[in-house]
Amino acid sequence: MVQADATSDIAAALSAGNTAWILTASALVLLMTPGLAFFYGGMVRGKTVLNMMMMSFISMGVVGVIWVLWGFPMAFGTDVGGFMGNPFDGFGLGNMMTTDGSAPLTNMAFVAFQATFAIITVALISGAIADRTKFGAWVAFTGIWITLVYFPVAHWVWAAEGWIYRLGAIDFAGGTVVHINAGIAGLALALVIGKRKGWGKDPMRPHNLPFVMLGAGLLWFGWFGFNAGSALAADNTASVVWVNTMAATCAAMLGWLITEKIRDGKATSLGAASGVVAGLVAITPACSSVSPVGAVVLGLVAGVVCALAVGLKWKLGFDDSLDVVGVHLVGGLTGTLLIGLLATSAAPAGVDGLFYGGGLRQLGIQAAAAFAVLGYSLVLTLIIGFAIRLTRGFRVPDEVESTGVDLAIHGETAYEALGTGRVAQEVKA
Amino acid sequence: MKLVTAVIQPHRLEDVKNALQGAGIRGLTVSEASGYGRQKGHTEVYRGAEYVVDLVPKLRLEVLVADEDAETVTDVIVRTASTGSIGDGKVWTVPVEDVVRVRTGEHGTDAV
Repeated sequence: MVQADATSDIAAALSAGNTAWILTASALVLLMTPGLAFFYGGMVRGKTVLNMMMMSFISMGVVGVIWVLWGFPMAFGTDVGGFMGNPFDGFGLGNMMTTDGSAPLTNMAFVAFQATFAIITVALISGAIADRTKFGAWVAFTGIWITLVYFPVAHWVWAAEGWIYRLGAIDFAGGTVVHINAGIAGLALALVIGKRKGWGKDPMRPHNLPFVMLGAGLLWFGWFGFNAGSALAADNTASVVWVNTMAATCAAMLGWLITEKIRDGKATSLGAASGVVAGLVAITPACSSVSPVGAVVLGLVAGVVCALAVGLKWKLGFDDSLDVVGVHLVGGLTGTLLIGLLATSAAPAGVDGLFYGGGLRQLGIQAAAAFAVLGYSLVLTLIIGFAIRLTRGFRVPDEVESTGVDLAIHGETAYEALGTGRVAQEVKA
Repeated sequence: MKLVTAVIQPHRLEDVKNALQGAGIRGLTVSEASGYGRQKGHTEVYRGAEYVVDLVPKLRLEVLVADEDAETVTDVIVRTASTGSIGDGKVWTVPVEDVVRVRTGEHGTDAV
């Protein structure tokens, strides 16, 4: 992520082009959250699809409101010791409604863009705790986690005064802030809440793979806003990032499918959709610092590594239902660390990694950034998770889990039991 | 009267239906079913996790006919639904006490 006040390689004064692109990119990134709802919703069983989709949707509700109240200033406002912004200085965004004529884009465009990152990061976590989570507990979690974990971490990595930013770590669009952060939080919550009833015994196969592919398509589309928008300008960097984002994602799909073909004998649609997301995750931190060929290599590695990593939960025995760990944590780590090897100074970020004669320095910085975020998020999420579990309970009763959380929690079912029209009379107009 | 019920492979429906129409059989009810016989199930793999799917999708055909047509129906279904592989299904016949056509109130063979 480039700072809002950084000079772009095209525009020096307030640019209509930059502002138009970032407002558009913000809308693209916001669409990723409904896209994620489909991606996740298709992977659960038919009796919990609405709840799964709602866990993403409610993130827009809760985080969107918090963002305009204290979220933005806490992430990007007046620095407090390199750790976070001051949530009271700029509370409610009153100070952001005008823009200096020399800024590269409007203040509110930056506020809008960053809001959508906060929203999807929380939503990503929900895939780890499918089918068994109290909705109210999840709503509470989103508000607490975004405040105590996401805003500080975003400040560390992306604010000019943040301590990881000053370390020289490269995380262009959120490998640490979004994916490692959400991935390890997913693991923590899966451990706090526990396995689903019948996990490893009862079939829990995806109920609607076309939904999953639709979701993957929407995520990929939106991700061009996520990555290329992170240039915060309509410029050369954004264009390089766009191509790298495409290249890595294509390669990761191939990597995942080849792994499946060799291991399981068949290339699956779920594998293609998962490979796409794994590639998008891995290129996110690296998209400004590698060449297009480097992006292909990075994507291939991420596709293979994540396809293997999703098997870990069966061996280690944690029910990360939709592989938030295998895809987002492992993919995020892969991309963040590979910058240390594959970065080339010919790319916009201008840093050489090990393979380009830059030595091990950048790899060390990348590892420090990755594991600092991982450790902080793990500890804080465990504390928040156990606090919710001990006070109001995080998990639905067993009988609700058996019949399906959609009906018990939301009073709705996604599908009629019989495909023949009404299953009941209308009782109230 | 007889009720001929058949469980067949879904992809054989068109051929069976056309052959029954060709044999002059005027009514047919089709419903989606799932089950297993000697075929057992098959294996599906999702993100490396294997699932044995033991209930396989099938179609259930029901044909109400006069006694003398039951054998024709059975023969036609057996001939056209067969692919020679395991899982092709079964056909069975049971006697029917009465049939009523809802629109007219006709009973028995007239209602078939």
